[in-house]
Amino acid sequence: MKLPDESSRPLLLKGGCLLDPASGRHENHDLLLAEGRIKARAPDLHAPDARVLDVSGKWVAPGFIDMHVHLREPGGEDAETIATGTRAAAAGGFTAVAAMPNTSPVNDDQSVTRFILAQAARDGVVRVHPIGCVTKGMSGEELTEMGNQVDAGCMAFSDDGKPVASAQVMRRALEYSSVFGVPIIDHCEEPTLAAGAVMNEGIVSTALGLRGMPDEAEEVMVDRNIRLAGLTGGRVHIAHISTRGAIESVRRGKEAGVRVTAEVTPHHLLLTEEAVRDYDTDFRMNPPLRTEEDRAACVAGLVDGTIDAIATDHAPHAHEFKNVEFDAAPNGVIGLESAIPVLMDRLVATGLLTPVRMVEALTAAPARILNLEGQGSLMVESLADITVLDPDCLFTVEARRFRSLSRNTPFNGWRCRGSVIFTIVAGHLVHDGRGDFAG
Amino acid sequence: MTGQPRILMDAGKMDRTLARMAAEIREQESEPLAVVGIRTRGVHLAARLRDKLQRIDQCEVDFGILDINLYRDDLSMVADHPVLRKTEISFPVGGRRLVLVDDVLYTGRTIRAALDALTDLGRPTAIQLAVLVDRGLREVPIQADFVGLAVPTRTDQHVRVLVREEDGVDRVELGDRDLPGRDKS
Amino acid sequence: MVGLGDRHLLGTQGLSSEEITLILDTAESMVEIGQREIKKVPTLRGKTVVNFFYEPSTRTRSSFEIAEKRLSADIVNFSAHGSSVSKGETLLDTARTLEAMEPNFIVIRHGASGAARFLADRCRASIINAGDGMHEHPTQALLDAFTMRRHKKKLAGLNVAIVGDITHSRVARSNAYLLVTMGARVTFCGPPTMIPPHVECLGARVERSMEKAIEGVDVIMMLRIQWERQSRLALPSLREYTRLYGLNRRRLDLAHPDALIMHPGPINRGVEIADDVADDPRSVILEQVANGVAIRMAVLYLLARNWDAHEAA
Repeated sequence: MKLPDESSRPLLLKGGCLLDPASGRHENHDLLLAEGRIKARAPDLHAPDARVLDVSGKWVAPGFIDMHVHLREPGGEDAETIATGTRAAAAGGFTAVAAMPNTSPVNDDQSVTRFILAQAARDGVVRVHPIGCVTKGMSGEELTEMGNQVDAGCMAFSDDGKPVASAQVMRRALEYSSVFGVPIIDHCEEPTLAAGAVMNEGIVSTALGLRGMPDEAEEVMVDRNIRLAGLTGGRVHIAHISTRGAIESVRRGKEAGVRVTAEVTPHHLLLTEEAVRDYDTDFRMNPPLRTEEDRAACVAGLVDGTIDAIATDHAPHAHEFKNVEFDAAPNGVIGLESAIPVLMDRLVATGLLTPVRMVEALTAAPARILNLEGQGSLMVESLADITVLDPDCLFTVEARRFRSLSRNTPFNGWRCRGSVIFTIVAGHLVHDGRGDFAG
Repeated sequence: MTGQPRILMDAGKMDRTLARMAAEIREQESEPLAVVGIRTRGVHLAARLRDKLQRIDQCEVDFGILDINLYRDDLSMVADHPVLRKTEISFPVGGRRLVLVDDVLYTGRTIRAALDALTDLGRPTAIQLAVLVDRGLREVPIQADFVGLAVPTRTDQHVRVLVREEDGVDRVELGDRDLPGRDKS
Repeated sequence: MVGLGDRHLLGTQGLSSEEITLILDTAESMVEIGQREIKKVPTLRGKTVVNFFYEPSTRTRSSFEIAEKRLSADIVNFSAHGSSVSKGETLLDTARTLEAMEPNFIVIRHGASGAARFLADRCRASIINAGDGMHEHPTQALLDAFTMRRHKKKLAGLNVAIVGDITHSRVARSNAYLLVTMGARVTFCGPPTMIPPHVECLGARVERSMEKAIEGVDVIMMLRIQWERQSRLALPSLREYTRLYGLNRRRLDLAHPDALIMHPGPINRGVEIADDVADDPRSVILEQVANGVAIRMAVLYLLARNWDAHEAA
C-alpha cells in the first residue's frame, strides 16, 4: 500500500462520536493517530505537533473492511485494477478489502498472492488481503498449497464465483485449512439445480421467460457446508447469503456450535427480483436478487447477528460486457462506492439497523473472520484505520463519478442521507469526501 | 366570424339537393352504374343517392363502401385517427361507371386516395365524383362532376355535414374552426 | 385517441383490451385486401422494414414478409446464419448496423428473452417482437385471438386449454396475457416438469390431467413438443408424452362439441396431436396461418401511425 508522504505528522480527530463495537464503548472521545497506530483515546486530547481534523457531529468508526471484493487484477484490468479498486474502496469508506481469487490467472499459488500484494504495495491506497483458491485452477478437484499461500499472505480460501461442488473436496478443504485457522469461504450453489439460471426462480422469472434458480440451490449447499464444518471442526464462511432458508440454516448451525459465519451484500439487503423486470443487466448477479420475504430475512439476520458481516461482492465488468441481452451478460455488480450511503439511508436512517450494528458488521466481524490483527477496533494500539461518517449529509450515488473503472451499479441515482466523509489508513487521510455532498 | 355556425342546408334542402344530384347522375346514360361511398358520411349520402336512383329506374343499382385510410398520404398528420374499416365492394368494378360519393370536397387529397384505392380493385369504364358540398381550396387538381352546393370558404373555417344515421340530424354547417385537427378533406 | 399507446409491440402483457380490440378490428379490414386480385395497398410506401431473425423461422418470417409486401414496405431480411452475427458480432452492434440503414421497423426474433426490449431501448425504429426466447410472441397470440373471435364471436367467457411445455413457451405466455385481459379463462396443462413455478402470475390455472383440462373447453391449443437435450430431463419419452398429453379423438370428445383445435405450428403429427384430429373439421390450424398475415398488417399499420406521429411531434 502506497501512502501519501505528505503527512507523517500525527493526526488528531477532534469532537467525534466513537462507534467501537469491538470494545462496546461508544463515547465522545478524541483520537490521536501516530506512527500508523491509535496512540490515545480520551476526551479533549491536545497534541501540539498534530494536524487536527474537526469531526464534531460525525461518527468515528474503525476502518471498514470489505471481505468480498473482485479487484480483477491480474487479468481483468479493463474492468478494474488494484489501483482503481482500492481508490474506489477508499472513496466508499473501506480501509481494507479482501481480494477474491478468480482473477486470470487465478490465485491458486503463492506467486500470484505475492504479485497481488506487490501491486497493492505499489499502487494501492487501502489494505489488500488476498484470498486464495480452495482448489488448483479453481477446478474443484485438488487442494491448493494452503500453507504456502497463508505464509505469502492469504487470509482465507475460496473458489468464489464457483461453488466447491464436491462434498468430499469441501470436507478435505475444511479439514486441511483448520491447521492454519483460516476459513473456507463458499459461494453456495448446487450447480445442477442452478444450471443455466440467470435470476431467481419465481414470479418474475416466469413472467419474463428467464431461467431461474430456486432458493434450494443455495440452501442445499449451505446445509451441506454446515454439516461438513460440524464433521471436520473447520471454519466455513457463507458468502453473500441471500435466502430465508439459508439464513435459518446458519442460525441453527450457530446454535449447534458449528463454526459457521455469513456475510450479506447491500443489494440483497435492499433490492428484490422485481428490479429485474426491465431486463437491466445491472441487476444481474449471483446469487440473484430474491423475493421481498428473503430480503426482509437478510435484514433480520443481520440485525440479530445470524449474519455476521456486510460485504459488497464488488464485481466490476466493463460496459461492453454488460450492455448485452440479459442472458448473455456476466453476473455481478459493483458496490464499494455505494454501500455505505445506501445502507445508512435505507437501513440506519430508517431505524431498522443501529449504527453500531452496521459498523460491527463492517469492522469487528470481518476482522474476526479473517483474523485481521489490529483491525476493526478503536482501542489504543490498534491500527490507525478509521472511517468517519456524516449521518446528516445528502449524497447522490452517481456512477459516472466513481473511481472504479466500471459502472455496473444497481444503485445509480439513489439519493441518500448519510455517507462517508473521511477514510484514514494507517493514520493517513486517503479520502476526503467533503466536496461530494449536495447541500 | 364567431359564435353560432351558419346553417347551409337543413334536412329538407339536403333531401332536395340529393334528389337533384340523383337526377343529374341519371341523365348521363351509361350502364351499368354503381355508387361507392367514402367512409364515414359519404357512405350514408351514397346510400340515399342509390335509393333515389333505384326509384327513378325501378332497377338495382350496385352499392359499395370504400375506406381510404390505407391510401392516405398524411398518415402522420391526422391526430385523431379513425379506426380502419373494411372496404366493402362485392360487385366487380371492371366495366362499370362508378360514382364516388363524399360529403365535402376540400383539398382533394381524400379523393386522390380514393381513386388509387378504386384502381387497385379493377378498371372501371369511368369514375365520377359526387359531393354534397364543394368548399374550394383545392391542393390537387380534382373536380367534382356532381355538386350539391358550392360555397367559398376560408381555411380557418370548417364545414360539417351531419347525417341522421351518425349524428341524429341532417344538416350542413359552416363555422369557425374550433375543433382540433384538420377538417375532413 | 384511437391508437396503440406504444410505438413498439414487445408483448401482449400490458396491452389494454381496447388496444387488443383495435388490432383485431383492424385485422378484419386487412382480410379483405388478401381476397383482392391486387393484394397490395400503398400504406407503407417508402417505409423500410428490417426482418431480423436470429432463430430459424420459416412461418413467422414469411408471414411478416407477406404482410409487409401487401402494405408496400421496402424489406430487408437479416438472418443470423451467414451474416456477421455468426461471426461474433453482438446484438448491440448488429442493431446499430441496422439502425444505420434507417429502418422504420425492426421485426426481431431472438433466442434471448428481453431481446426485443433491448432493441427498443436502444433504437429509433419501431420494434416488433416476433418471439424473444421464452418470453413473448405477441403477434402469434393476436392471430390466435383473431381466429378464436372469428369463430366464437367474442373472447370474454371463452374457456381455453393450452397444453404442452408451458415453461419454454412464449406462445403460452403471450396467449395467457392476452386472453386473460379479454376476459377468457385459461388453463395450462402439461407434465409438472414443464409448468413454470408460480405460473398463476400469468393469470392461468393449472390442471395436471389432460382429461380434466379439456373437459367442456371452447378452444384447445396444443403446443409443439420439442424433445431436445434440455428437455430430456423433463420428459422420459415422446411416446409417454403422447399417451398422457396427446390430443386424440377420445380426448377431443370431452371438449365442447364445437371446440376449436389450434396449434401454432409446425405440428408433430402423431405426437402432440393425432393424425385424424389435426385434419378434423374443427381444426383451424391453417386458418391461423392465413390470419397471421392480416394481424401483422394491422400491427404494422397501427404502429406506422404512431411512428409518424412521433416524427411529426
